[in-house]
Amino acid sequence: MKETIKKPVLAVGPFHPLQEEMEFFQLTLDGEKVTDIDVRISYNHRGIEKISESLQFDQVPFLVSRVCGICSASHPLAYINAVEEIAGITPPERAQYIRVIINELERIHSHLLWVGLAGHFIGYDTVFMWAWKYREPVLDLLEEITGNRNNYGNVRVGGCREDIPNELVPKMLKEMDKVDKKTAMLTNAVLDDPIIHARLKGVGVLTKQAAIDYAVTGPTARGSGVAIDVRRDDPYAAYADLDWNVISQPEGDVFAKAVVRLLEVLEAVKIIKQALKKLPDGPVTIEVKEIPPGEGCGRAEAPRGETFHYVRSDGGNRPVRHKIRAPSYVNVPSFKASCIGEDIADVTITLAAVDPCYSCTERLAVVDGHNKILHNYESLLQMSHEKTARIKKEIGAPEWKLEDI
Amino acid sequence: MKQEELNTKLLEIKGKLIDVEHKPHNRIFLLCESENAYAVNKFLFKNVALRFITATGIDSDDCFEILYHYSNDETGCVVTVKAFIRGRDNPAIESITPFLPGAEWIEREIHDILGIDFKNHPNLKRLILADDWPEGVYPLRKEAKK
Repeated sequence: MKETIKKPVLAVGPFHPLQEEMEFFQLTLDGEKVTDIDVRISYNHRGIEKISESLQFDQVPFLVSRVCGICSASHPLAYINAVEEIAGITPPERAQYIRVIINELERIHSHLLWVGLAGHFIGYDTVFMWAWKYREPVLDLLEEITGNRNNYGNVRVGGCREDIPNELVPKMLKEMDKVDKKTAMLTNAVLDDPIIHARLKGVGVLTKQAAIDYAVTGPTARGSGVAIDVRRDDPYAAYADLDWNVISQPEGDVFAKAVVRLLEVLEAVKIIKQALKKLPDGPVTIEVKEIPPGEGCGRAEAPRGETFHYVRSDGGNRPVRHKIRAPSYVNVPSFKASCIGEDIADVTITLAAVDPCYSCTERLAVVDGHNKILHNYESLLQMSHEKTARIKKEIGAPEWKLEDI
Repeated sequence: MKQEELNTKLLEIKGKLIDVEHKPHNRIFLLCESENAYAVNKFLFKNVALRFITATGIDSDDCFEILYHYSNDETGCVVTVKAFIRGRDNPAIESITPFLPGAEWIEREIHDILGIDFKNHPNLKRLILADDWPEGVYPLRKEAKK
């Protein structure tokens, strides 16, 4: 008779108040070790690429800013880059600088949001409260410039819809100084904290080769030593005129990704300050009559990585095909390389390290249909003892016996 | 890789291409038939070491196009392989996932929305369509109802 295996499967998702999106991970376990992982996505497929084909070129930015709440500046910008490439348009210089300022403000608030959530995931709520407190003034600035905390709707084919009034520049510079100081303090506190080191170092390592094979981008790639950044590699808006650094770390663990994001906030502040000081005078938009037939590949460096938009025009007033690739689309599948072999407790923060957020242990299910019962009570207890012994050895904890007390 | 070096490298696969289009803004399109797409993609990823961005599936009435986008990050050049799948009955193309794990999801997605069969794909399950979506209905094909 064929033996039956009962493999425990841990369900993470699909719904949890902390998750931005619905994703359903199934972790196959051996004790506390994850031996396999599978994912089911698209609980919320909205058909945006299809809707885009029914909108005029000028209406599409409003649609794509709703692809993602946080990346609501980078998606329209990547789309605009593609369309301006087809039409051979160069928008006015002032518009290029405004695009940079809004996109970098977005990066600051997104990275601070992640740092806060990452703190919360590992049970470090002080970091959560600090990071989100410092994020708030950035959202206020965005609201003051564009009218909205998210979904800015400020970019259009040929320029920007709204100008940044010159009177606002001194206030923004002052706010940026504050963000700079507070983030530097937060960064130092995080990087200096032994608990965070113990919790995040060596956890969920994505090797450089795996980063290349899974074609990951953004902080996920830069945390694994792949120093790519579209802002520098294929410059758009005014990035080529500004002085800043691409941050990268070789280790590939969750800690490296945290370091990359925190240092990128400081770089973003640097970029915004320069852009505000150099903000050229002049109009913020030019009139665009029509989009000729052709195809364009637009890119923008969103907080999570490269956002890619492919647009094809047949000379009409709507795109005939509009493909959108958000960075998470390539970053999320890298869990196959970073999670297998990890402990359950480390998997949630590893999944969160690419910056979609989820951390939920819904229930433990047992799936039949494999070969035999792997562990009984005694063997699970044995594994637990072994794990305790391993940790004690690692941190050099003393022996405690009940009789000694 | 420097631009001249890339252009020289691309000459090595000239026999497999219909045409090479150099467009403004540092964009290169390599046109090929579907049966050569696997070899061209493998060459770009493994030999030229370009970074895979994503793929786009397009229903162009008389044929299907699969566009594989790559980035040469040193120069900001986007290299796109445009593979034509002629004929609308049982469209199929060789999967590139076996040597490029990062293409798994996008091939599953194109399979969902355009009904293109990716041969030798290790895991051609549904990705974005619901489990109870009817078989044989492909939402991004031209004949799909708006």
